[in-house]
Amino acid sequence: MSETTEFTSGLRSGFVPALSAAPFGMLFGAVSVADGQSVFETALMSITIFAGASQLVGVELFGQRVAPWLIIVSIVAVNFRHVLYSAALTPVISHFPLPKKMIAFFLMTDPQFAEALKRHEKEQGVTFSWYLGAGLVLYILWNIMTLIGATLGGFIKNPEALGLDVLLPIYFLSLVMGFRKRPNYLPVVAVSALGSILAYAIVGSPWHVSIGAVAGILLAAILPPGAKRRRHSERFYQ
Amino acid sequence: MSDFTNEHMILVILGAAVATYMTRIAGYLLLSVVSDIPPRAEAALNAIPAAVLTTLVAPAFYAGGWESKLAIAAALVTGLRYESPLPMIAVGWSTVMICRYFIIG
Repeated sequence: MSETTEFTSGLRSGFVPALSAAPFGMLFGAVSVADGQSVFETALMSITIFAGASQLVGVELFGQRVAPWLIIVSIVAVNFRHVLYSAALTPVISHFPLPKKMIAFFLMTDPQFAEALKRHEKEQGVTFSWYLGAGLVLYILWNIMTLIGATLGGFIKNPEALGLDVLLPIYFLSLVMGFRKRPNYLPVVAVSALGSILAYAIVGSPWHVSIGAVAGILLAAILPPGAKRRRHSERFYQ
Repeated sequence: MSDFTNEHMILVILGAAVATYMTRIAGYLLLSVVSDIPPRAEAALNAIPAAVLTTLVAPAFYAGGWESKLAIAAALVTGLRYESPLPMIAVGWSTVMICRYFIIG
């Protein structure tokens, strides 16, 4: 296929995932501005971070007066799956020259990773033109939706009246539930939940984030590893 | 409300952007250095996302009003049936809005 056909095919691959991510881009924009960030800061987050969960965690923690280093650590922790993704994507894009690899990793999101691996497994070949097409649809739509959400967010005077305050916890809950097939999922979540609630009540915000998370992570290290080791593909798609 | 000054805020955002990009290339960089991760370290690494995200849900449930608790619980039940976030958000949001406008008054 020619480069243009590859690029168009990439645009098509990225379109449906971009549409399903669109509401979250808008949610991010609206919540961020309603929470006190400027439209510029909100847009800057989407342009430079380009990771929905990280950005929403960021906004949640900016609102809680958490120390900057802890915000960055939390954002990395939430985005940690990307370490696994980039390891799995490396053989798929090994034929890209280094600068194109670096661009490819910047555009790597859950759907981008999934589409690239799907294409690789069907032996359709992952070209840079295809990858860029799919990545740009996601990137551009994400930023447009952020701006729309941020503009609307400016008119929101009372987020609770619109029920915006429950959206983030529920969104994070949906992400937590997405990990439920991992080994020792229930004990880890139970200990993190209990730890964070106790820390919230006793030590106070923002320490509940790190205390609760460390409790869950330590438990995972202490418990015997899960009975069955999951297959490669299952692990990366979670 | 954010406590940071503007320049401070922009530095935090750029720091977060660099850190996010590091996670995106870390697998590629590590692949050439580390060949095998010890099982306990791998178990701890695997637990990080769920552990961190849980700490953003549980205290919100604990500190929220009864209508927020009900909304989060309704979303949890929805999540057991539907895997994607949108149905959970739809159910949770409707629950909180119905409670706030029709029950609390």
